[in-house]
Amino acid sequence: MTTIGVGHYLTVAAILLVLGTFGIFLNRKNVIIIMMSIELMLLAVNLNLVAFSSALNDLAGQVFALFVLTVAAAEAAIGLAIVVVYFRNRGSIEVEDVNLMKG
Amino acid sequence: MNWTMAMPEIMLAVCAMAILVFGVLRKPDPAFLCTMLSLGALVLAGVLVLGSDVGSAYRGLFVVDGFASYMKLLILVGAGLSAVLALDYNVQEGISRFEFPVLILLSTVGMMVMCSASSLMTLYMGLELQSLALYVLCAFARDELRSAESGLKFFVLGALASGLLLYGISLTYGFAGTMQFGELFRALATPDGVSAGLVVGMVFVVAGLAFKLSAVPFHMWTPDVYEGAPTPVTAFMSTAPKVAAIALLLRALEVPFGHITPQWTQLIVLVSIASMLLGSLAAIGQFNIKRLMAYSSIGHMGYALVGLAVGTADGIRGVLIYMATYVFMSAGVFACIIAMRRRGRQLEKIGDLAGLARSDPGLALAMAVFMFSMAGIPPFSGFFGKLYVFLPAVQSGYWTLAVIGVLTSVVGAFYYLRVIKVMYFDPAEPAFDPRPASLSFVAGVGALVTTLFFVFPAPLVAAAQQAARVLFG
Repeated sequence: MTTIGVGHYLTVAAILLVLGTFGIFLNRKNVIIIMMSIELMLLAVNLNLVAFSSALNDLAGQVFALFVLTVAAAEAAIGLAIVVVYFRNRGSIEVEDVNLMKG
Repeated sequence: MNWTMAMPEIMLAVCAMAILVFGVLRKPDPAFLCTMLSLGALVLAGVLVLGSDVGSAYRGLFVVDGFASYMKLLILVGAGLSAVLALDYNVQEGISRFEFPVLILLSTVGMMVMCSASSLMTLYMGLELQSLALYVLCAFARDELRSAESGLKFFVLGALASGLLLYGISLTYGFAGTMQFGELFRALATPDGVSAGLVVGMVFVVAGLAFKLSAVPFHMWTPDVYEGAPTPVTAFMSTAPKVAAIALLLRALEVPFGHITPQWTQLIVLVSIASMLLGSLAAIGQFNIKRLMAYSSIGHMGYALVGLAVGTADGIRGVLIYMATYVFMSAGVFACIIAMRRRGRQLEKIGDLAGLARSDPGLALAMAVFMFSMAGIPPFSGFFGKLYVFLPAVQSGYWTLAVIGVLTSVVGAFYYLRVIKVMYFDPAEPAFDPRPASLSFVAGVGALVTTLFFVFPAPLVAAAQQAARVLFG
């Protein structure tokens, strides 16, 4: 039986990060899904930080993870507020409709 | 624990919150009064920065030195000028609300923390405070679709960049075992300390910071966001956050990653060349002056990065001088752009400037000064900024960078001079509305600094020299 080491956590986190990134770029439907992808990326980082913190026996990583959680909450609040403002003006939050300016 | 080291930031944050409470309680909306109070807070912060001691605080998370103070003063100037620009613009556009100066103050606090960051954790917190306030500012004209769209784009791409940066930070922390810049520097002194994971982490960190700097290949948000955001916000975005991002990039690469210079130099060289090329070539086809300035700012960041790629104290000094000249030019240009208003409607096309030399010679002259300066034509400050960046590049043997830099500035001169040609030689359009005193003030300050820099360059050059030496201990 293999033990779960820091490498396994890193792999999971890397997969989550890639999923989040692809979620932002390949998603053609809805801005809310983009926001979920962003959260996924931040959680992947948190997993990384906590795994390293435990492996290094150093608390800084866990403290940082708490900071990241707090910032992610603020970011989600601001992001949703902007989406609401956008929806009021445009009447849609389809990603394909975000095309007023091109360049 | 010496918490007074962070006095300017603490004072500014407390002022921002006090002004917020004041604005909420006072009816009707005291936007003008709040802007004035915010300007007072910025000046007070400037005085505190000037009088601050050198040292580190919060167990090495936060550092105050000549470099940080130099950058903080530039940021305060950029923020102050943008707040002045917003005074009359917001009233004319019907978005005059007291939250505006408060958001500028909060964003400024974030930028000042970025300048003083001495740990990856402080770096991230400062960066996020700056970005979150900026997202809101972009979408500030909330009844206008373009503003909301620019806010949305900026938010999505900014959050993506933060995610990448954060991933880089986590890898760096894991493979080096520490987040503090000083300890990272010592850990990387031996070849054993440098692992592949660490280099990958560093690349992610650089990518995240390059996004905030709008350097190629992380520039795609810039033109859209610059065009859609309210113009004073665009002015703010093109001055203060650029200075903060450059400060962060300089400190992060020179201090913690100072021992692995070869690994990051090639990265910065590539980013710099790509930015200079795109900044000069893509701007040629633009008709909207705010989009033009977006590409111009991408190019300017490319030039500034030349100094970082060289990596010597002289190169860093060049970057610092470049950023100082850039802040004044940029604020001035946007003052001129905000003055483009006819029958109460804001204009953004380059063609609308036609014949400005006859209808408003003062404004045309100021705009011409900024355009000449941005093109790098002596005796304006933009020329000296480029000189102080390219000279160390030549001296250290970075010939390719210097040659590409000079060639792209020649190409860039085309579109800057086109603006001047439109103003001076095209058939006149009807005159603009009379411009408010606030715009004349900012344009005047910018034009004065830009023109007179060559008369008194010594104080700025000496200050930049001192600030640059700090990074090399």
